Parts: sequence; C-alpha cells; structure tokens
Amino acid sequence: MTTLTKQPDSGLSTVGGSRKSRKRGKSGAGFRAMGDLKIALFFIAPAMIGFVLFYVVPTIRGIYLSFTEYSILGDPEWIGIKNYEQIAKDPLFWNALGVTLEYVVINIVLQTALALGLALLMHRVAKSTLVRGALLLPYLMANVIAALLWFWMLDYQIGIVNQLIEWFGLPRVAFFGSEEWAIPTQALINTWRHMGYTALLIFAGLQAIPASVYEAASIDGSKAASTFWRITLPLLRPVLVLVLVVTVIGSFQVFDTVAVTTQGGPVNATRVLQYYIYQRAFAQQDFGYGSALAVILFLILAIVAFIQMKFLRGSQSDLD
Amino acid sequence: MKKKALGAVAVAAVAAIALAACGSGGGSSADSGKGEISYWLWDANQLPAYQQCADDFHKANPDITVKITQTGWDDYWGKITNGMASGTAPDVFTDHLSKYPDFIKTKQLVPLDDAVANDKIDLTQYNPGLADLWVGQDGKRYGLPKDWDTVALFYNKKMASDAGITPEQMASLTWNPQDGGTYEKAIAHLTVDKNGKRGDEPGFDKNNVAVYGLGLPGSDAENAGQTQWSFLSATTGWTTTDKTPWGSHFNYDDKRVQDTIAWWAGLAQKGYMPKLETTVGANAADSFGAGKAAINSHGDWMIGQYTSYKGVDVGIAPTPKGVNGKNASMTNGLADSIWAGTKKKDASVKWVEYLASAKCQDVVASKGVVFPAIKSSSDTAAAAFKAKGVDVTPFTEHIKNGTTFLLPITDNAAKVAGIMKPAMDAVIAGKSPASSLTAANDQVNALFAK
Repeated sequence: MTTLTKQPDSGLSTVGGSRKSRKRGKSGAGFRAMGDLKIALFFIAPAMIGFVLFYVVPTIRGIYLSFTEYSILGDPEWIGIKNYEQIAKDPLFWNALGVTLEYVVINIVLQTALALGLALLMHRVAKSTLVRGALLLPYLMANVIAALLWFWMLDYQIGIVNQLIEWFGLPRVAFFGSEEWAIPTQALINTWRHMGYTALLIFAGLQAIPASVYEAASIDGSKAASTFWRITLPLLRPVLVLVLVVTVIGSFQVFDTVAVTTQGGPVNATRVLQYYIYQRAFAQQDFGYGSALAVILFLILAIVAFIQMKFLRGSQSDLD
Repeated sequence: MKKKALGAVAVAAVAAIALAACGSGGGSSADSGKGEISYWLWDANQLPAYQQCADDFHKANPDITVKITQTGWDDYWGKITNGMASGTAPDVFTDHLSKYPDFIKTKQLVPLDDAVANDKIDLTQYNPGLADLWVGQDGKRYGLPKDWDTVALFYNKKMASDAGITPEQMASLTWNPQDGGTYEKAIAHLTVDKNGKRGDEPGFDKNNVAVYGLGLPGSDAENAGQTQWSFLSATTGWTTTDKTPWGSHFNYDDKRVQDTIAWWAGLAQKGYMPKLETTVGANAADSFGAGKAAINSHGDWMIGQYTSYKGVDVGIAPTPKGVNGKNASMTNGLADSIWAGTKKKDASVKWVEYLASAKCQDVVASKGVVFPAIKSSSDTAAAAFKAKGVDVTPFTEHIKNGTTFLLPITDNAAKVAGIMKPAMDAVIAGKSPASSLTAANDQVNALFAK
C-alpha cells in the first residue's frame, strides 16, 4: 500500500528518503487476473471500439492512401512514394510549413506567457470564482464564431478596431488582407481564445505545489522573483510540459480560423498545413496527396511531442 | 450476459461498416419512376422559381415529388462530391461547366442521349451552342441547359451624372491595354478622394479615396476572370486555352493577357480601384451599394442584388469595346444533370426534361432573376426585367451580336484554380509582375502533361 498522506518536507531539500513502499502482495494476483481481465475488457470495449473504428482504421487507411492517387470517386491507384517525392518539390508545402511555424511560434510564446501570468494572478490575487470564470469565457465560444467576430471587428472598411485606429490619427491596417499581418492577426485571435483555458491548466498545477515549500522559502528570505524562478517554475515543469505538448499540437493543426476568414490568402500568406491538406483533398479531390501531407504533419507532431517530453522531462516531477 | 453485450456491440460495428460500404451503386428498379427525388441548386435567388416548377411538376405527375435543397456555392460542390462517395448525393442537381468534366471522368453522371432521343427533345429550342456544351469528350450528353449568363457594367447613375458622364458615353466606352482608353478615363474621373478631388485632377490623393471608380471583388482567377477582366483580354484575340471546350493547354504566358492584367492591376496602384488587401472579407456589391464604388463589372445573375440597394439608381452599360473594335463577354451556361447513383432514374429523367422545357423555363423567366436557355423564355425574362424597370439589353445583346466566348471547359479545373488564384492575387496585389503568370502557367500545363 502506498501512503496516502504526504508529510510536509522539513526544508527546501527534496532529496529526502524514498518513502515509496514497494510491498505488493504477489499471492492471489495471478488467480484473480483472469476474472479481472474479462471485466476490464468489458469496460474497455466501448472506448476500444471507438478508438479502433474512428482512429486506428482511418489512420492505417490514411497511410495507405498516401501511397495512392485517389479522387474519392473511383478506386485508389497505387503509385508508391510518388506523392512524397512531389511534396518534397512542392513550393506550396514548404510555404505552408513556414506559415504554420510562424503561427505556432507567435501563438505558443504569447499564449504560454500570458497564461502563466494569468494563472499566477488567479493563484495569488483573483480568488473570486467570478473573475476566474470570466477568464474562461473566450474559450466557451466556438472557434468559428470567435474567428468571425474578430474578422468583423478587424475589417479594413467597417471594423470597429480600424475606426479606433483612424480616430487616433493612424493609418488603417489590413489585418486580414495584408500578407504581413494575416498570420500574426490569426495567431493573436487564437491566443485570446485559448489563454484562459491554458491558464486554468497551469493554475491547477500551481495548486499542486505544496504551500509548505513556499513557507520554507519565505523563512529562508527568498524574494518573490527568485521564488518564482527557483520554486514555482521548476515545480510547475511537468504541468507546463503537458500544456505545451497539448497546445503545440493544437496550434499546428490550426484550420477553422483560416477556413472562415482568409482561406489561405492573401496569395499564400495563411495557407497553413492543415488548410493546404483540406484544399488538396477536398477542394481538388486529390485525396492521395492530401493523405501524404497529413502523414507528414502527423510525423512532425510526433517528433515535436517526443522532443518536448524527452528534453523537458515531462514525465518526471521534482516534487518527490 | 456480458458476452451478449459485447457481441451486440460487435454486430453493430460490423453493420455500420457494411452500411458505409454499400450506398454507391443503385440503378433502375420497378419504382424508379415514382416516389421522392432530391434536387439541389446553389442560388437562393432562384429557389422560389424552381420551387414553383417543382410544384407544377408534381401536379402533372402526382406520383413523383421533388424535394429541393439549396446550399450556398462555397459548400455546394464539396457536399455533392462527398455525397457521391458516400451514396447520398442528390438524384438531380444544377451542374456547372467547370465542374462536370471531373464528374464524367469518375462516371458520376447519367448520359441523357437515350432520353433525348426517346422523348424527342428539340435541342434547337435553346440559344445557340448551349446544349452542346454538355456533350463530353466521349460524345455523350450529360446535361440539359437551363440558363445562360453574360457580363456587363453596373454603374451608379448619380455619380456618373455628377461627373458629367452621360449614359450614352457609358454605353460606348473603349479600352486598350496601353492607356485603358475611355474606360480608364471614366474610371479615373469617377474616382473621388476625401477632399473631393477627382482621380484625373492634379492633387488627387490616391491614399485617401472616398469613392473608387471601379470596385474589386478579387482577382477572379478561379473563374478565368469571368466577370472582372476576361471581357477585356478577349478583345485582344487571346483565349484562355488552346481550344474550347476540352482544352488541354493554357495560355497565361501570352503577352496579351499579361498586358491586360498589368493594366488592371495598375488601377489599384493609381488609386482608381481598391487595393486587394482592403477587400478581404468585403463584398464588392455591398460596397457599391454603400456608395464606395462607381462601377462594378458583374454577371446578369447579380441584377437583382444590384438593383435592390435603396437610394442607389443603377445603370447598366455594355462592356467596353476593346482592341478588336468590338465588345465581348464570357458566357456560361448551367444545366441539370442526373447522378449515376440515383435509384429513381426514370423519375429523375422526367424532372430534368421538365426543367429543360418551356413550361418550367417560362416560370423562371417570369420571376426575372436569370435568362433561361430556351430562346422564347429568354425574351420573356427580358420583358420581366423591363417590367421591373431594368433594361437588360447590355447583357442580351452579346447573344444577339455573337460577341460571347465560353468559360473554359477543361479537366483539372479545381487544380488549375488552386494554382492560378495565388498567382493572380500576387499580381493584383502588386507583389509580383504580370510576367510571373508564365511560371504559374507552366505549372498548370504540367497538370495536363501527365
């Protein structure tokens, strides 16, 4: 049995003794295993069937389709790695990769920094449930609605934001129309939408840090800034890694904002990977090529997630 | 008990797969001539007219009911294609010249040759050329014509008279790719900046324009410039493809079209037309209605919208006479096609024949929204527009004078649009020279080399 109650550590040192009890009764386990397995399978089955039907099968089929030429009507025709060869030479793919990276960097850096700030404020200052709840409001809005709302507010001709800008005597900004602004604008919109939710996840991580650690720090005379850098941030690492992995994957898959506003334009400025996949597959009926692009996006995400977990040691905590 | 539950889930799963697997196929059965058939169209303005047709058709054929679904253009083709793949496409749908080649290639359309022969459909009742647009490269007929469209200039009458431009002058504009002719002169003169200075006056501030001489809905590359620049480039003798229909080589590397586009893009640089970046998310027709543009070129299916703006007196002028001394207009004709997966083939054939008959096309004509394919119905439509106080001669004269040319009908239309749109956008935005279209053209032609 593991101990359920955790005794406060007596100082900053977290080296401590290993109090994990590894005594596990071996007798009887094998005897009960078979019965457990049946029940376990029964409970796993609904999730498993869904997972196989809607995830494993489509994934395998997608990988298969990426080696074919397929227009959805008719039968797929095996063409080997030709799609991948073309992608390597496809300027639109490399452009899409660049555009997506630009979006991810702006979105993730801002979103994580703002969310961390918000989480600290929630933790220390804003104890009211109303205020904490209000931070989550943008996230409750459907992506498409949020995008359209901002599309309208930031419109060059009739948008309220441009009216304000003009009122201050500055020239109007083509937020969605100019190639320079289109991606930062959309990254900012989604930062606005997601930062409350991200802050909530980080906030949960903050609450898991025992108050005793902070007590000890203040007794030792640690200043607020160094407490943040030396205690809060390191102890928050596993949660931050989780948040980063999830938000980076989500950010790479940006689609709906682009789809309802700029649709890849102006020129190629917002043709993010996910939108390019959609265009090739659904608009141009090139499902083989679209699948190959999707497989590449999948690999990119797998590598990014692996690097994040590995180098930020997301599966380990410094608390024990 | 648990086993049973598991089994039930498994059975349900297998059934779901089996259901998904079937669906395509179909063919005629005993009931193929009666019951409910589905019909799709994209233009909401035309829905009342076709609902009337469907009601009349049901009265004449009580055992067939037509269920009409209207879906906006942006979602229409995706829904149809996905429906064809999953077995839920409509029995009959409004088809477009740029889309049907791909449907033929994938065998999704029912050939109508037997029906036309058996029911003795008179193909000469339609305006010349419209019926044959729907004959595929395999020589089979895949649609019966329902309407046609041409392009003209909508202009704000009050702005024109304030600028001292008479309707007669608007009706006799000229154009060339070097200095833009009187077309550019009129556009420049109709442009007014925030200080009230006109586009052709000294001291005109091109960065603070109140009214643009010419509105801009986009680079229009995905439709081969149908409503924006094709009526100009065509007068230079240039054609989009090597032959029409069924071209397999595009000519965007030609100097004549590049000069036309360069001139057109130049209007934005001169401040006579909005910059492309300012039009993202904007609707050109609404900007015209709001008094922010004096001239918009557009197709006849927009007559209803352009004449509906309160306080705006709209004039319609023919497209300018170009390099060859004549004016020109792209023409496009829609048709109704039957999906190969239909289970109600006989009923669908009946409905398509009814849609292509004078009975239905006269109903459509009387609503004054589009020009039906049948010659006599076209005249009825022109009269209906006239009764509403709209003179549509600038649209109809192209048909009478034979100054129309066809929307390019080719394979790979969606892929061509996917390449040409960003390329054309870059030119109109002033980011690339018109000569950059040559590289895009090479990419397009590579699609046909496979």
